[in-house]
Amino acid sequence: MSFWERNQLKLAPFLFLTPAVSLFLLFVIYPIIDSIWVSFHDWSGVARYALNEDGTYKNFKWVGFQNYIDLFTYDDEFYVSLLNNLKWFIFSLLAIPLGLLLALFLNQNIFGMRYIKSFFYFPFVINAVVIGVIFSWFYNPKYGSLAYLLNIFGLDPIPVLSDEVLATYGIIAASFFPGIAYTMILYITGLTSVSKEMVEAGRIDGASGLTMLWHIIIPQLRPATLIAVVVTIVGALRSFDLIAVMTLGGPWGSTKVLAYKMYEEALFNFRMGYGAAIAVILFLLMSIYIAWFLYRLFKQEKGEK
Amino acid sequence: MKKLLTLVILFTSTIATAGTLVINSNQSGEDAKAAFDQYVADFSAAHPEVTVVVNEFEHEAYKVAIRNFLTSEVPDVAIWFAGNRMKYFVDQGLFADVSDVWSEYGLNESMASSKGSLTVDGKQYGVPWGYYQWGMYYRKDIFDELGINTPRDFDELKWVCAMLKKNNYAPIAIGTKFLWTAAGWFDYLNLRINGYQFHMDLTAGKVSYEDPRLDDVFDKWAELVNGGCFLEDHASYSWQDAQSTMINGESAMYLLGNFITGNFKAAEMLDKVDYFQFPKIYDGVGMAEDAPTDTMHIPAGAKNIEDAKKFLGFMSNPEAASKWAKSRSFLSPNANAEPPSDRFQKMGFKVLNEASGIAQFFDRDANPDMAKTAMEGFQEFMVKPDREAKIRARLERERERIHGSL
Repeated sequence: MSFWERNQLKLAPFLFLTPAVSLFLLFVIYPIIDSIWVSFHDWSGVARYALNEDGTYKNFKWVGFQNYIDLFTYDDEFYVSLLNNLKWFIFSLLAIPLGLLLALFLNQNIFGMRYIKSFFYFPFVINAVVIGVIFSWFYNPKYGSLAYLLNIFGLDPIPVLSDEVLATYGIIAASFFPGIAYTMILYITGLTSVSKEMVEAGRIDGASGLTMLWHIIIPQLRPATLIAVVVTIVGALRSFDLIAVMTLGGPWGSTKVLAYKMYEEALFNFRMGYGAAIAVILFLLMSIYIAWFLYRLFKQEKGEK
Repeated sequence: MKKLLTLVILFTSTIATAGTLVINSNQSGEDAKAAFDQYVADFSAAHPEVTVVVNEFEHEAYKVAIRNFLTSEVPDVAIWFAGNRMKYFVDQGLFADVSDVWSEYGLNESMASSKGSLTVDGKQYGVPWGYYQWGMYYRKDIFDELGINTPRDFDELKWVCAMLKKNNYAPIAIGTKFLWTAAGWFDYLNLRINGYQFHMDLTAGKVSYEDPRLDDVFDKWAELVNGGCFLEDHASYSWQDAQSTMINGESAMYLLGNFITGNFKAAEMLDKVDYFQFPKIYDGVGMAEDAPTDTMHIPAGAKNIEDAKKFLGFMSNPEAASKWAKSRSFLSPNANAEPPSDRFQKMGFKVLNEASGIAQFFDRDANPDMAKTAMEGFQEFMVKPDREAKIRARLERERERIHGSL
């Protein structure tokens, strides 16, 4: 028997894995490691490998932890961004109960319901940039429909996106538009698999309304809730497109989140090393969340066995 | 997303071969593109042996893309801006010295006025192709109706504001969502109060933002803010949003560059609009102006330097320069170019010829990261003037990080 025939069974899995693993290493692991490496340098993003006459890098200078020190001791905007990330983290979760509410509402068998459902799903299909533009028009204190509505009630327009306190919430509210549609569709599919027998049994035992929802329906929707939470939180942590479209991080930087700040420092302010340091912090924060999530998942699976 | 788009453009752009001239352009607006295409067509007609390839970028995306393509897919000609924006790439060794183009085509004489903003250590690194004045554009019909004359000094400006406000106009239109419009106000107040040299020293990072000479600038600015001179909720608006308030007749003045006249023309209201120079504040301070210059450069890694120099020479000849300036409501930097015939270009030409100094604009004179922080501060100041001390302390801290302590 040749070497191949003898070891075929052992080698085949590795061979099959090679393409995927090498792509993963090249496009995920390598950029992560390289970002960490860049974050210890002062670099403008230009000509990284250009050399001085003495063979040292001309534009790529080692600064140790300086970028991190600047970030934590020097840059107020970093804390603003961190706080905004936290706001996104907490408030975007509201999309989940709202999506559930909508799903329960739409979970009826009447004529044309399928079409109505697809209308409600529509926001998720629209590009985030379009949503951002629509909402900035909506909020426009001069020509927007929000100002118009307020005017009907005799109120002054609220410049949501240029108010340092309200702006972030305004953008989060815009993110609900696609967010609710997504959680709604998760729950609609979840609701189809709710066991009819259990609902019947509950009804016989006298449960109805909220009791029924809380004790019988929601526990059965747990898998859908899990996915909804994970997707929403990951979406919240990497929120970027709506901010870039609606406020550009303004007014005066009060709606920046870490992802946006990283983009701005690295690409507009020519501080690639500093931007990389922000990316590393964001990466660590996400890792903590993902580690916690995996830990819970494993624990749960063990419990089920 | 922008970056991805850039990459796609980079990969699909043609690689230069002999006789091919690759130009990366940020002239993405409809008019700008048409004018630039015409420009290239004229060059091709004069030099049929050169095949020109233009890679067009969206104007804002170009600012990000240029750092990639200057080091990877290097074009032969790149459009950029004069002043510190150019110097930044010169310092990194990414733009080629084109002093010989200046001497060969006689630009040292014909473009003497722009020479300084394209010179680093006595060498020229690019050729200017157009500049435009800043100033106050105003609704002449509203001024006439209320019997107001254009202000000649700061007190008159305040009085004009008060009069307009009394008649329920927003006196001054401004949209600061994209920040730079606020920097226009800072530039002019500082130029009028402390003069050209001080302003250039400040943007070069040689003066503290907590310097007492700036107190007056912020005081005067706060007077205008607290006097309700500016359009309300301006941080919500882009400069185009604010411009529509002026077109609708809700606001009456706008401090902006001459590119705004193109939009008044499109709105068919040029006859209702006029221009006045930003008024003086103190006697004895020279009237310096902002006049951003757009330029062309040859990247250090260009493959077809010979044809690129021909292109730079061609575009700076008086005939081509006048044609370009006319189609873009720019002024030609070439002194031998046909004098402008458009009303606004004529006024700009006069104001800039008499100017005691010409600044590029805050975000072109200052370092990119300093400009960003400062303009955010200006925007904040224009909404919350009482935070002046905090804002200036923040700007000074950023200045110190970039330029070192004084």
